Amino acid sequence: MDSPPIVISASPHLHSERTSKKIMYDVVIALVPAFLVSLYVFGFNALITTSIAIISCLLFEYLIQKYLMKTEVTITDGSALLTGLLLAFNVPAGLPIWMIIVGSLVAIGIAKLSFGGLGFNVFNPALVGRVFLLVCFPVQMTLWPMAVVNNTTIADAVSGATTLGIIKEGLQFGGTMTELSAKIPSSIDMLLGITGGSLGEMSAIALLLGGLYLMIRKVISWHIPVTVLLTMGIMTGIFWSIDPEHYANPVIHLLSGGAILGAFFMATDMVTSPMTKKGMVIFAIGIGLITVIIRFYGAYPEGISFAILIMNAFVPLINSFFKPRRFGSKIKAKIM
Amino acid sequence: MLKTFSKGGIHPPENKLTSSKNIKRLSAPKVVYVPIAQHIGIPAEIVVDRKDKVEIGQVIAKSGGFVSSNIHSPVAGTVTKLDMVIDSSGYKKQCIVIRTDAKNEANFQEVDYPLKKEITLEPAEIVKRISDFGIVGLGGATFPSHVKLNVKEDKKMDCLIINGVECEPYLTADHRLMLEKGEEIVVGIKILMKALHVNKAVIGIEDNKHDAVELFKRLTADEKEIQVAALQVKYPQGGEKQLISAILNREVPKNGLPMDVGVVVNNVGTVFAIYEAIQHNKPLIERVVTVTGKKLDNPSNFWVKIGTPIKDLIEEVGGMPEGTRKIINGGPMMGKAIKNTDVPVTKGTSGILIVNEDEACRGEVKNCIRCGECVNVCPMGLEPHLLMNLTEKGMYEKAAQEDIMTCIECGSCSYVCPSNRPLLDYIRFGKNITKNLASSKN
Repeated sequence: MDSPPIVISASPHLHSERTSKKIMYDVVIALVPAFLVSLYVFGFNALITTSIAIISCLLFEYLIQKYLMKTEVTITDGSALLTGLLLAFNVPAGLPIWMIIVGSLVAIGIAKLSFGGLGFNVFNPALVGRVFLLVCFPVQMTLWPMAVVNNTTIADAVSGATTLGIIKEGLQFGGTMTELSAKIPSSIDMLLGITGGSLGEMSAIALLLGGLYLMIRKVISWHIPVTVLLTMGIMTGIFWSIDPEHYANPVIHLLSGGAILGAFFMATDMVTSPMTKKGMVIFAIGIGLITVIIRFYGAYPEGISFAILIMNAFVPLINSFFKPRRFGSKIKAKIM
Repeated sequence: MLKTFSKGGIHPPENKLTSSKNIKRLSAPKVVYVPIAQHIGIPAEIVVDRKDKVEIGQVIAKSGGFVSSNIHSPVAGTVTKLDMVIDSSGYKKQCIVIRTDAKNEANFQEVDYPLKKEITLEPAEIVKRISDFGIVGLGGATFPSHVKLNVKEDKKMDCLIINGVECEPYLTADHRLMLEKGEEIVVGIKILMKALHVNKAVIGIEDNKHDAVELFKRLTADEKEIQVAALQVKYPQGGEKQLISAILNREVPKNGLPMDVGVVVNNVGTVFAIYEAIQHNKPLIERVVTVTGKKLDNPSNFWVKIGTPIKDLIEEVGGMPEGTRKIINGGPMMGKAIKNTDVPVTKGTSGILIVNEDEACRGEVKNCIRCGECVNVCPMGLEPHLLMNLTEKGMYEKAAQEDIMTCIECGSCSYVCPSNRPLLDYIRFGKNITKNLASSKN
């Protein structure tokens, strides 16, 4: 017989166009606007940090899968690339190169592959990498290059504190919000990204644009990001309305630090977030609450990375507790 | 906002290539292969022998029990063999082989009955006739229709739903039948309403068949008791439970039947067959089949005698195109892939779909990325990823607790999975084992 044989398989015989790879690359596309802002703000440093993170993540995945695990190499599925990109987004631009490489090794080797690879990891790999670096190298990891527009050299980046850092330190030394408000960037600057912070968390607008793209492409649903931000807004709003001198207002909280990056890109990681919409809302409320508690009472000025990792650990529990409502469990219909 | 069902659902490309093609009547084939198990339930018992002469519509196999159905000869001719023939399940099944008598004109007459509106039979007689004349659900499940009409006294019924959804991509058999036999279907609905003692009927049609919606609105303009519901296009709306949810916003309880919420659902094809049986004494010996595929010369809808080999239909649309890799008996979502085109058309054959090279094979299976899309689209509110996992690990009791048995096998989960995971394959396997475990316990 010349023609290829007839195929037999069980139904369905159709498949949607959606693939894991397309989902990964959609997230990468969604991060482009924020990356462009970083490039504009941090210049060459942003490019170096991001490229090193991506290359080392891909390389570690390749080496570990090929020589250590001896399994199929999956570096083309886009997930390692995304981990690298997100790791870079969560560290200060211009972090020493060897530290980025260590962070990538932790993210890919420990947080992802040691659990069994894509889909099996409990914690968000990029965040594990970031938190590892933050705990090991607190000085370098909080050396924030300030927004110096059109800075094309690596050496003379000016370092300073982040908005949340200024507030935390100021309040600890007895300052009030009225005194501090002069030191922190305006809301407009924070929206645009003229502020200090991690590489990718600069511009709220650029991140929101990416988040919107992901929602339109149906890669993420509104449940996690909106609930995280809403919870943070309500929590900080309550504290602020009680004591506006010692608590920053909700706008500052939502626009500063990693709130938007975390809510739209880190917490929504499919592998490490709940399956059902109900579960997602619970997960997101948890992240919002823990973030605010760390910001107010913790040792670190920002806590969304820790909050997401803590809630990641609860995902299996949430999944088994918040199940979809089974069809047919509705109360009996009234028959005329 | 058009109505639709409460949970999940997907939107596969419709590809209704044949929706404007009139149903063409095929002449009787030289030989028909009539399986005795064409319906859900007990196979019928053969009552003819080799060399017997049979007439059109003569009973050749008698119902084997309550949930069973009579089978009638689709042609006039001679029984040549009682044989085992491969049917669409891929297994050899008992079959009655009849050679068509080429000289008997009855085989080649185009019978077009005049419309008969007056219903003279009493409810009990209607149910008996439906049972005697071998009517089964023509939507694909082939559940014997008289069983649905035997309502227990303690059940209250208030609505008859007519399924004109045809949510499977490609298929247009029901659509064409509605357009061409609208008046007859309306009479059929009245027959069923009389048999069921209900005074409300709703015809559910998806809005991609707007012409059918309009036609039935016109035909039932004077009938207060019959309504037409235009529904949002969403798969699997043709599922009985989904259709009831869409039209009446009632949920059939877990492991329950439509009867439990006061409803009986019948497909439009079945309703037309019932009309012919009751008003014109015609048993179920032919049905509408859509023969379609993107590469076919002339995809069409046909009136086909039960027992006609599928290869005859494929010949009729211009032969098997080059590069054919899959032949599907039914629609692309729930149909069965077959290898052998000698397989006969049965009462449940709603379409034949020919798939070429690029769409026939499944993609490479990757790791689950826990995106939750299978959970989102499941119309039964199940967690397909979890059921697959439990089945893979052999944890069947846990799977049963997670309601694996309520899966309607619509395939939405496998359709959307971005990692090409064979979710439904595993769930089916798990269901089978769970069923066997349950029956071995009893």
